[in-house]
Amino acid sequence: MSVEKQPKDNYTFKLRVKSGILFGVCVLLTLICLVPIYILIVNATRSHTEIANSLSLIPGSHLMKNINTIATDPNFASFNALIGFRNSAIISVGATFFSVLFSALTAYGLYVYDFKLRGPAYTFILGVMMIPMQVTSVGFLQFMIKLNLNDSYIPLIIPTIAAPAIVFFMRQYLQSSFPLDIVEAARIDGCSEFRTFITIAIPMMKPAIAVQAIFAFIANWNNFYQPSMLLISRKENQLTMPMMISILKSNDKIADYGAVYYAIALSIVPLIIAYLLLSRFIVEGVALGGVKE
Amino acid sequence: MASTAQRNMRSVNIRSVSYAKYGYFFILPFFLVYCFFQLWPLINTFVLSVYGNGKAFDEFIGLGNFEAILFGTGMGRQSAAIQEQFFRTLGNTFIVWVGNFIPQIAISLALAVWFTDAKLKIPGKGFFKVIMYMPNIITAASVAALFLKLFDETYGPINTFLQDMGLISEPIKFVSGPVASKVMVMFIQCWMWFGNTMIMLMSGIMGLNPSLFEAANIDGASSGQVFRKITLPLLRPIMLYTVITSMIGGLQMYDIPYMYINGTSRNEYTKTVAVFIYEHFRETMPNPNYGFSGAASIILFIITVILGSITFYTQRDKDAIARKKERKAHMKALKAKQSGLGGMEI
Repeated sequence: MSVEKQPKDNYTFKLRVKSGILFGVCVLLTLICLVPIYILIVNATRSHTEIANSLSLIPGSHLMKNINTIATDPNFASFNALIGFRNSAIISVGATFFSVLFSALTAYGLYVYDFKLRGPAYTFILGVMMIPMQVTSVGFLQFMIKLNLNDSYIPLIIPTIAAPAIVFFMRQYLQSSFPLDIVEAARIDGCSEFRTFITIAIPMMKPAIAVQAIFAFIANWNNFYQPSMLLISRKENQLTMPMMISILKSNDKIADYGAVYYAIALSIVPLIIAYLLLSRFIVEGVALGGVKE
Repeated sequence: MASTAQRNMRSVNIRSVSYAKYGYFFILPFFLVYCFFQLWPLINTFVLSVYGNGKAFDEFIGLGNFEAILFGTGMGRQSAAIQEQFFRTLGNTFIVWVGNFIPQIAISLALAVWFTDAKLKIPGKGFFKVIMYMPNIITAASVAALFLKLFDETYGPINTFLQDMGLISEPIKFVSGPVASKVMVMFIQCWMWFGNTMIMLMSGIMGLNPSLFEAANIDGASSGQVFRKITLPLLRPIMLYTVITSMIGGLQMYDIPYMYINGTSRNEYTKTVAVFIYEHFRETMPNPNYGFSGAASIILFIITVILGSITFYTQRDKDAIARKKERKAHMKALKAKQSGLGGMEI
C-alpha cells in the first residue's frame, strides 16, 4: 500500500510546491504593479520635506494642505481638475458615441446586405486597420489648420466615426451571433431597414457595443497625442486631463512635490475605481478582442 | 410569346427587389469620414513630404527630404544633422522596443501558461489578472509623471530609499543618464503592457485543442515537455501576431518617451522616431518642418506596411494549411469508407 501511495503523494506534493512558488511570483508581480500607485497615494498626503527626506508607506497629514496648494498656488493655475475632467469627458463621450454607433452601422451594412462592393470594402477596412495615427498626423494637422479647425474639439470627435478596428470586431460579433433570418422576418412584417437596425440589431449587439464602448472611452480619455497636437493655443478652459498633467510635469517652478503627487493621484484614482468596478468585463473584453477568429 | 416575355420581365423585376442600396447607405458615413479625415491626410502627408521646410513650405523640392533623412545630403547644412537625428531616434525606438518586449513576452507567456494549466492550483488567479492588467488603463501621461516623480534625481523616493539603505552613495540619474533613462522607459513600457499581452496569450492558449494536453498528461509528459512540444509550436501564429502588432505599436511609441524628461530639457537617449516627427511638425510651429516630418512619416508608413503584410500573409497561410488538412482528412475518410464497402462486398 505504502509503496503504491508514495509516488502519488510525491506528485501532489511537487505540484503543491510548484503552485506555491508560482503564487509567490504572482504576488511579486502584483506588488510591482501596485506599489508605484500606493506610493503615489501616500505621497499625495505628505509634505514636500517629508517626501524629500524619506520613503514612507504610512500616509501623512498634509492632504488638506496639498488640496489647498493646488487650488491657490499660481503655479498650478493651468491645473483645474474639474475643467480637465469636463473637457476629457466631452471628448470621450462624444468620440465613444460616434465610434460605437457608426461602427455598428458599418458592420451591420457589411454583414447583412449583399452588394457589389461588399468584399472590397471589407478588405479595405482590414487593410487600413493597422495604419498608425502618427503616420497621417502631419497631413492631418496641416489640413485641420487650413480648415481652421485647430483649437476645436471637432477633429477629436468626428473622425472617430471611421474606426476600422471596431468595425472589424463588430462584424465578427454579428457573424457569430446574428441570424439573417431575423432581418427577413422583420421585412415581412413591414419593418423598414433602418428601423430593423435600430430596434432589432442594436439590442442584439449590446454585449459587443458595451465592450467596445468601454475601450473606446478609455482610449479617448487617455489620449494625449491628438489633443496636444490639435489644441495649439493651449487655452486653459480647453485643456484635457492628460494635457494638464503634462504641463504640470514640465513646470520647473513648482517646488511642492506633495501637491504634484496629489494632482497626479487626482488624475489616476477615478480611473482605477472605474476599472475595478468594471474589471471583469474589461479583462474578458481584452481576451475577446485578442482572438482572431 | 409576348406574354412569356412579360412574365420573364416580371420575374426579373421580382428577383431584383434588391436591398443592395441599403448596404451602401449603411457604410457610407464610415467611408466619407474615412476619406476626409484619414485617407486625405495620408495623401497630404505624401504631398507635404516633397515640399520644403519652415518658411520654404511651398517650394517643391522632390525627394530632397528623403535624401536628407536617409543619406544626409541634398538639403544644405542641416541635412547631416537631420540624418543623424532620424537614425538615432530610429535606433532608440528599436532598442527601447526590444528591451521592453523581451522581458514582457517572457513574463506574459510564463503567466499565461501557468494560469491556463489545469494541474496547477494558483489561488487568486482572477485577482492577479485584474491587477496585472490595471497599469494598461492608466493614462500614459499620468504614468510618465508618476515615474518621473518616483525616480526623481534629487527628491525621488527611490533614490532616497537606496541612499538610506547605503546601497548607493550618489543618486542614480534615472531620468537623464544615458543607460538608466533608456532602461526606465523600457521598464515603464513593460509595466504598462505585460498584463495586456498576458491576457491575449491566455485567450490564445485556451483556444488550443484541450485533448492534446490531456493526451500529453496521460502519456506522462512533464510541464516543460508540454510547453516545448505542444504549447509553443501551436502558439506560434498567435506569438507572431503579438510580436508584429507590438512592433507596429512600438514604432508609434510616443507618450512615455515624450514626457519622461526633466522639465522641458529633452535628452537624446530616449527620443523616439514618433517624438522626432512631432517635434519637427509641431514644436517648430510658426514655421513647421512639414517636409522632414512628412518624409519620416512615409518611411514609417512603409515599415508598417511591410510588417502588416507579414501578419496578413502568415494569417492567410494558416487558413490555407487548415483547409489542406481538412481536405486530407476528408480524403482519408472517403478512402476508409470505400475500403469498408469493399470489405462488405467480399
